[in-house]
Order: sequence, then structure tokens, then C-alpha cells
Amino acid sequence: MNSDKITKVILLLSSFIILFVAGGMVFSLVKGAIPAFKTFGAGFVFSNTWNPTQGSENYGALPFIAGTVITSVTALLISLPLSFSASLFLGEYYRGTRMAKVLGTMVDLLAGIPSIVYGLWGFYVLRPFLVELGLPNQGFGVFTASIILAIMIIPYATSLSNEIIMMVPNELKEAAYSLGATKSEVVFNVIVPSARSGIIAGYILSFGRALGETMAVTMLIGNANVIPDGFFSTGNTMASVIANQFGEADGLKLSSLIAIGLLLFLITGVINAVGKFIIKKLN
Amino acid sequence: MKYQHKQIAKSKLKSRTIKDKAIRVLVVLLSVVTISPIVLIIFKLIEKGYKQISLDFILKTPPNSYEAMTALANGELIPGGIANGITGTLLMMVVAAVMAIPVGVVTGIYLYENPGKFMANLTRNISDILQGVPSIVLGLIAYIWVVKSITNGYSALAGSVSLAIMMLPMIVRSTEETLKMIPVTIKEAALALGVPYYKVILKVLIPTGFSGLLTGILLGISRVLGETAPLMLTALGSTIINLNITKPTSAVPLLIWEFYNDPNMVGLIWSSSLLLMAIVLSLNLISKQIAARTK
Repeated sequence: MNSDKITKVILLLSSFIILFVAGGMVFSLVKGAIPAFKTFGAGFVFSNTWNPTQGSENYGALPFIAGTVITSVTALLISLPLSFSASLFLGEYYRGTRMAKVLGTMVDLLAGIPSIVYGLWGFYVLRPFLVELGLPNQGFGVFTASIILAIMIIPYATSLSNEIIMMVPNELKEAAYSLGATKSEVVFNVIVPSARSGIIAGYILSFGRALGETMAVTMLIGNANVIPDGFFSTGNTMASVIANQFGEADGLKLSSLIAIGLLLFLITGVINAVGKFIIKKLN
Repeated sequence: MKYQHKQIAKSKLKSRTIKDKAIRVLVVLLSVVTISPIVLIIFKLIEKGYKQISLDFILKTPPNSYEAMTALANGELIPGGIANGITGTLLMMVVAAVMAIPVGVVTGIYLYENPGKFMANLTRNISDILQGVPSIVLGLIAYIWVVKSITNGYSALAGSVSLAIMMLPMIVRSTEETLKMIPVTIKEAALALGVPYYKVILKVLIPTGFSGLLTGILLGISRVLGETAPLMLTALGSTIINLNITKPTSAVPLLIWEFYNDPNMVGLIWSSSLLLMAIVLSLNLISKQIAARTK
């Protein structure tokens, strides 16, 4: 065999490693989750009890699925006007200026802050502030966690929608300007409609990020294993319950946590696939 | 009649320009709100953390809870530092990089060399999906793969595996994107001279795209440097400096988590976070600088 063939085989093998890792992940999660699903059946997904008492152990994922969805959707809604404005600032209003460069760098830096530092800031700065505004539960809960989550996903949504907004052809914008349209009219009647699907894809991907965030949420959501009954009540997300309960887990409880991990893996996988699919269609 | 028309048009234009200006102001205002957290967070870290930063902070291990309590009671700074975290983070990053960089770069080259092939598309899609997997799930995976079956206990190796899986798709992506920007003619010239394929890769593709590859790797490292959740399930933490990859090890983010949970040690969270942020953000800025210079 000559060296060219060997090189090609090595290249191919390394891509097998990625497939092997991904396949192995699915296999291990499913295998680890089997005891939980065997004991509780499909009801595991829909049951809202979480009882670790020895002898009457009973686990269900519903409170955490609900907590994850509620916090992530709220975070997305909070981040929407902010990241949309920032992407307009960068991609249209101050495009190419020094101010845009500074703003863009700072938005990028937001993505570099570790989750645990967001958690600390949320705990020591944001939470006391919200308590002063009259938030119950000492400021812990879905709302506080959502605000921090919103800040954390801003850079992802911003950079993607900014890229898409910059791709809108100049001819379209100039045509509108020549008809006497103001800047804001161009933004809402030309740029947003033609960049719509890309912007939506950006929000879908940042939603996917929010679903799996762990540390900051764990520190702020209050860690109550119940379905949150409002924006200001405490709860738990799928990621935070794994982080919280893992230390003392074995047997059925460990299997239930792995099952929650599997569900989280599947949900984020689907959300990301949808977002990536839309972007691929655009290119 | 005509006059009236003009009047209406004029007042309409006026309301349109007012609306336009209002929206511009709103965009600027909301953009400022968007970046305010980074300023607030950095100021808070500096304000609360700078006093603790010293040579000892980098060279010593943390005090036990009792020592910290005594220091607090006497109104002194908490003694000791986070040396065990720094060495642990370094150890796990090096091991993770050794695992992820070769595989990631070679896979990136494979994707670049075989565009449109079924296997390449499959690999690219799987790699994209891997990139979206929450870090805590990667912690579970490393727990099952390494803690349960290889090291029979929490270990630095398990932490490295979870971080490596996290870095891998980022390196694959950036390698492919970098290589795509190299003019094909350079590669073709080498091939036309009869240079063997592996030498084309080692002597032409990698050197030409080196700064791009470096940027991707540095960004990957800075992204996983602050990860806490997967390490809680894998490396666990240790109060002493440990360089054995089969034993539990601490890391800077893990120490922050421990300090946060111990009322006596809580004074150390800000300085530790400040140090961590300084490293992460400077890596981030350096890699962006390299990318900007080569563009």
C-alpha cells in the first residue's frame, strides 16, 4: 500500500472516531437509563414525583422538563429585544464603525464568561436587587434564573442574526431608500423580512444553548423538585437536577438522572438540528 | 386644496422621521443595556477580588475551613491560594488538548478533502450535533466511560475526556473553515510536483492555515476552561495538588464552586473568579487578534 492510501485511511479513521464517540454516547445514555424506564415505564416522562426515600423510591422527569422549558422560553423572550437591537446596531445602524467594533467585542466577551461566574453575579448582585423590588423566595426562582440565562445566550443570537442582516443585498436597501423610506422603514420592511429565517434560526440555536445551561441556573432557580407554578416560584431544570442530585446518587436514582440526561440530549439535539437545517437551507 | 395636501404630507413626513429617530434611540439604548452586564461583572470581580490576588494566591493551596474562619474572625484576609486548582486545570486542559487536537485537526482535513461525500456530510452533521450537547451530559458520559470503568473512581482523566469531547467539534469546524480559505492552487502546485499526499498535508496545508488552526484551538480551550458542571461529575476536586491523572483533581472553577458552598471560604470566590476570567478573556482576545491579523 502506498503512502497516499495510508494517508487517506488515516483521515477516514479520524472521522470514524467522531461517529464512534457520538454513537457511544447514545448507547451509554440509553443503557444507563434502562433501569429507570424499566421501573417507571414511559410514565417517567410524565410523572411529577421525585421521591428518593429508600423503599418508596419514585422518580419522574416532568417537573424538570417543565422547569427547563419555562426558564428557557422566558430567557429567550427577555433576550429577544436586546440581541435584536444589538444585531441591528452592529449590522445596520453603525455597521463598520469603531463603535460597532467595540460593541461587537463586548458582546463576544459575554460568551466568554464562565457559567459559574454568571451564577455568582446573579446570586450576589442580581438576586438582592430583585429582592428589593419585592421578588418572593429570597429572589430565587424561574425569573431570576431566566434573566441570567438571557444574558448568557445574547451573544449567540446576536452574532448569528448580525451575520444574516449583513448579508441582505445592498440593492434591496438602496431601492427602498430611493423611494424615500426612512432607516427604520428599511429595517422593518426590507431587512427583517429578507433576513427572517436566518434570524429565527439564530434564536432557535440560542434556545438550544439555554436548555442545557447548568451552573448559573443551579445557583439561582431554588432547586425545588416541583413544577414551577409561576414566574416567581422556585423549580429545577433537567441540567440543574443532574448537577444537584448526582453527588449522592446510585442505583435507581443514578439511572433516573441518566435518563433525564438522555431526554436533555434528545431535546437539545432536535432543537439544534432544526436550527442548523434552516441555516443550511439559507446557504 | 393643494395646500392642504402638502400640509398632510409634511406632517406625515414629520411623524415618520420622529418614529425613525425614536427607533434609532431605542436600538442604541437596548444595545447599551445588552453589553452592560459584562462591564458590571468585570467591575464587581475587580472590586471584590483584587485584594486577595498575590503571589501566595497562585502558589499556595486553600486553607481549611477552620483557618479561614479564624482569619475572618480576626478581620484578616483569608490565607492560602488556589494552586491545586491552577495545576488541576492545567493538567486536565493539556490531557484534553492532547486527545482533541490531533483527532479534530485530522477530521477537519478529512472534511475539507472530501466535500460532498456521504461520510464527510455525516461526520459534519454529527460533529455539529456534538457541539450542541450540554456540558452536563458530557459529564455524565465521562462518568460512565471513565469513572465507572477505567479509573474506578473520580479522576482527572475523566474530566479531560469530558472537556475533550467538548473541544472536538469546535476544532473540527475551525480546521475545515480555515482550510477552505487557502487557495486550491497552492495545494495543486505541490501535488503537481509529485509531493506525496501526507507531505502536502503536513508541509503545505497545515503550515499555510496554521494561524487559523491556532485560533480555533485557543477559542476551543477558552470555551472549556471555565466549565464547572462536567468536572463536578468527573474530576470531583481535591484539597491537595494532584498530578496523577487517575486520581481526583481540583480545577479553578471547581474551587469556586466549593468556596461558594462554604460560608467561611466564600471570601475567596471573587479573586478566583477574577483570575479565571482574566485567563479566559485574554485567551479569547489573543485568538481573535491572531484571526484578525491573518485575515
